[in-house]
Amino acid sequence: MTHASLLRQITDYANRANPYPLYEELRKTPVLHEEEDGPYVISSYWDIESLLHDPRISSDQSNVTAAGEDELSGPEATGLPPSFIRLDPPEHDRLRRMANSSFGPPHRPRRIDSMRGELAEIVTGLIDDFADARQIDVVDRFAYPFPVTVICRLLGVPREDEPRFRALVDPIVAGLDPGSRTSAESMKTAQEARLQLGMYLNGLVEQRAKDPREDMLSDLVNSNGPDGAMTTMEVLSTAVLLLIAGHETTVNLITNGMLTLLRHPRYLQRLRDDPGLSVKIVEELLRYEPPVQLLPQRTCITDIEVRGVTIPKGSRIWLVLAAGNRDPERFHDPDRFDPDREDIQHLGFGSGIHSCFGAPLARLEAQLALAELVRRLDNPRLVEDPPPYRPNAVLRGPRHLNITFDGLR
Amino acid sequence: MVTDYLDWLRREGRIVIVGASLAGLRAAETLRAEGFAGSLTMIGDEPNEPYDRPPLSKAVLLGKADALHTELPRRREVDAKWRLGVPATGLDMTEKRVRLADGDQVEYDRLLIATGVRARPWPKESEAQLDGVILLRTGGDAAALYRRLKAGPRRVLVIGAGFAGSEVASACREMGLAVTVAERAGAPLVGALGGVIGSVSAELYRENGVDLRTGVMVTGLEGDSVGRVKAAHLSDGSAVETDLVVVSLGSVRNTEWLSGSGLGAGPRGIACDAGCRAFDFRGIVTDDIFVAGDVARSPHALFGYQFLSLEHWGNAVAQAEIAAHNMISSSSDRRPHLWVPAFWSSQFRVNIKSVGVPPMGEQIMITQGSLAERRFVGVYGYQGRVIAAVSFDNTRWLEFYQRQIEVGAPFPVEYPTVDRRPEGRRPVPADFPDPSLPTHGPTVTLSGYSPTDRQLVFVPAH
Ligand SMILES: Cc1cc2nc3c(=O)[nH]c(=O)nc-3n(C[C@H](O)[C@H](O)[C@H](O)COP(=O)(O)OP(=O)(O)OC[C@H]3O[C@@H](n4cnc5c(N)ncnc54)[C@H](O)[C@@H]3O)c2cc1C
Repeated sequence: MTHASLLRQITDYANRANPYPLYEELRKTPVLHEEEDGPYVISSYWDIESLLHDPRISSDQSNVTAAGEDELSGPEATGLPPSFIRLDPPEHDRLRRMANSSFGPPHRPRRIDSMRGELAEIVTGLIDDFADARQIDVVDRFAYPFPVTVICRLLGVPREDEPRFRALVDPIVAGLDPGSRTSAESMKTAQEARLQLGMYLNGLVEQRAKDPREDMLSDLVNSNGPDGAMTTMEVLSTAVLLLIAGHETTVNLITNGMLTLLRHPRYLQRLRDDPGLSVKIVEELLRYEPPVQLLPQRTCITDIEVRGVTIPKGSRIWLVLAAGNRDPERFHDPDRFDPDREDIQHLGFGSGIHSCFGAPLARLEAQLALAELVRRLDNPRLVEDPPPYRPNAVLRGPRHLNITFDGLR
Repeated sequence: MVTDYLDWLRREGRIVIVGASLAGLRAAETLRAEGFAGSLTMIGDEPNEPYDRPPLSKAVLLGKADALHTELPRRREVDAKWRLGVPATGLDMTEKRVRLADGDQVEYDRLLIATGVRARPWPKESEAQLDGVILLRTGGDAAALYRRLKAGPRRVLVIGAGFAGSEVASACREMGLAVTVAERAGAPLVGALGGVIGSVSAELYRENGVDLRTGVMVTGLEGDSVGRVKAAHLSDGSAVETDLVVVSLGSVRNTEWLSGSGLGAGPRGIACDAGCRAFDFRGIVTDDIFVAGDVARSPHALFGYQFLSLEHWGNAVAQAEIAAHNMISSSSDRRPHLWVPAFWSSQFRVNIKSVGVPPMGEQIMITQGSLAERRFVGVYGYQGRVIAAVSFDNTRWLEFYQRQIEVGAPFPVEYPTVDRRPEGRRPVPADFPDPSLPTHGPTVTLSGYSPTDRQLVFVPAH
């Protein structure tokens, strides 16, 4: 395998079902730089971890200079300002803090946990709907509708509008995939979709400004803490971010989870016997099959040295979280799915200031979803292995997961 | 054979741990995790199960946690004989025995000392005994303080603006109580973080409505006819009317019980090597006595081999794990305790964290954020290298600075960082008070040789 082709192989759809051997290859060159204006690819656990905490690394695309043609010039150019995921402090901190004040501690310490009952009801409802079936697609019938319903309720977006925003979310998500980015066409589509999604949300936002409810959109519009208020544009880009990130990743976490459990029946059985094991199972899944495989949007604002390689100022840096998660220097027997691991500080949610905003929600959703699926499905079996995957190399997961089962419990 | 002895020790040896709190418990758990199957005795003078102290000056005072229920979560079964509520009163190194206050003696093959520190009491004993004069170290102290705060004192006086004093003042304000803080140095936290950061802290105090008096000492406490505190007199001639005084003057190491034992124990703690083995008074390392936690002081390569005494939660855990491992390992398997000091605090809704040894810093640069916004990272430099960093509401970056400390990165910090503002372009003096003039207890003490130490008379042995 020649190095010159490694990144292409990783983004190549043909390898989507099992990229792990490629990641193993990748780790042999801790700082891989294949092409003149290509990214510097980082794949070992400790290097990724330290770069995620390195204040010389920027998430702000305007810092990409050496990378030449800026293919990331992104959706933001079309009118919606960048969301906090694409900003550095102090703007990042301010926006994230304001968004967080309606989501988590210290202001709303129990918001997520208090949704437990509601989430369980949604899960039960979805599963009850399979009653007559003996074969289902886990993605379409469960892993997708569940987090979508949840994020809609949390934000205050009408669930019925799902077909409308889905048509916009798909091209945006495709635009995050470095594999598809080569086409200017798809980038443009993504930009437009983002703007349209923002416009759709603007309708709701205006309505919430007049008539606030118990949802995050209302909180975002009416935020007025020590940081002041968000501008309307900031509210929109934050809402777009939360809407997309709130389900596009969880669907993969749940689907990868079910697939992995079906491949490891011992743990499936143990989870059925003890729903409490879902906590450990989900943590191990986040290591073993992380829904976000890599972060392709960092750059350095000065020359930095990583493992003796100088990465010049302005270069793009890819942090391959999924490769770091299986780094044998960090985890014992990393290719083994082992929920009994005690030491599991995975990179599944990233780390540092951009570490996943929705992590508490994603964890809870996946724990409930997997424990309940496994408890209710009688003798579930995979129809095909591997299942067909979604094209995206960044947000990786099965497009369909067809399973058969003997009935519902 | 040494290995035979170790095998025997691990199988059926007797290990005694004196000090049944954070370091003691974590050491016990590590011993069991590493396969120690012999007898384990935990001796503690407090009657309760091991509990956590950091919440005592934070959540507990706000009523968010129960003072008597901050038990430490157990990592595993330790299967020990617990001797709680009984202080150890002496050590016989030759006979390998610990003497207890109830007259018992406990024999050991390996001993771990983790007796920590206690709060430094108000020096004038009769005043210290006034009703309403309180220290804060134990769960009982915290329960008493909480009860009194709830009762709504007219004004609370905190003596000493170190971390503990600041946290108490912060809790008082959150409860809406009037509070005065008296500090001998020029600002709060200066002993731990220097004057530059101290002035940020002073602003925080004032903004939150604390009556902060700096550059003054409390010279006396005055009681009423029934022995309740009613006022405090300050060195600037002023007086503060108060019915509750919290004395936060730092700490005293719990080593008195070792006097005369021949161990290298004194007011600065118990000296040990990097492997947590205690020194005897002649400076010779022992092989069967180990120390961990607040009571230990050990040399650290990153900080000029100075002996560090750290009153840091994380240090107690890390050192206990190393000590426990080393107690049952042969010399080639032993590990050094080279933890990079790290400490956190929260006060006035600001999360403060430091790594490294700030009091060694000569200069400071604000490399991210700004002092004015009270969200920043400050980096301390010592002789051209990065020696420490502190963050206010910016914790997630500290890992990076910790690595800078570990690799001895150059100071001043020349490279740009995200969120570097104009004020962070140049270093300024960190502004620590003269180390020979102790303020309220800093949480890191450098206790290597200091030219200001003149108490010793050196008599070489022939
Ligand atoms: C109010 C408060 C807030 C704190 N907040 C923070 C914080 O925010 N962050 C942080 O990093 N650290 C904090 N600390 C410091 C942290 O709690 C200590 O570093 C840690 O408790 C040290 O653990 P240790 O086991 O070494 O000592 P200790 O916890 O002090 O335990 C020593 C034990 O030994 C017992 N003992 C003493 N002498 C004898 C004897 N002769 N015989 C038997 N037993 C004896 C003591 O009674 C005690 O139970 C705080 C401490 C306090 C008091």
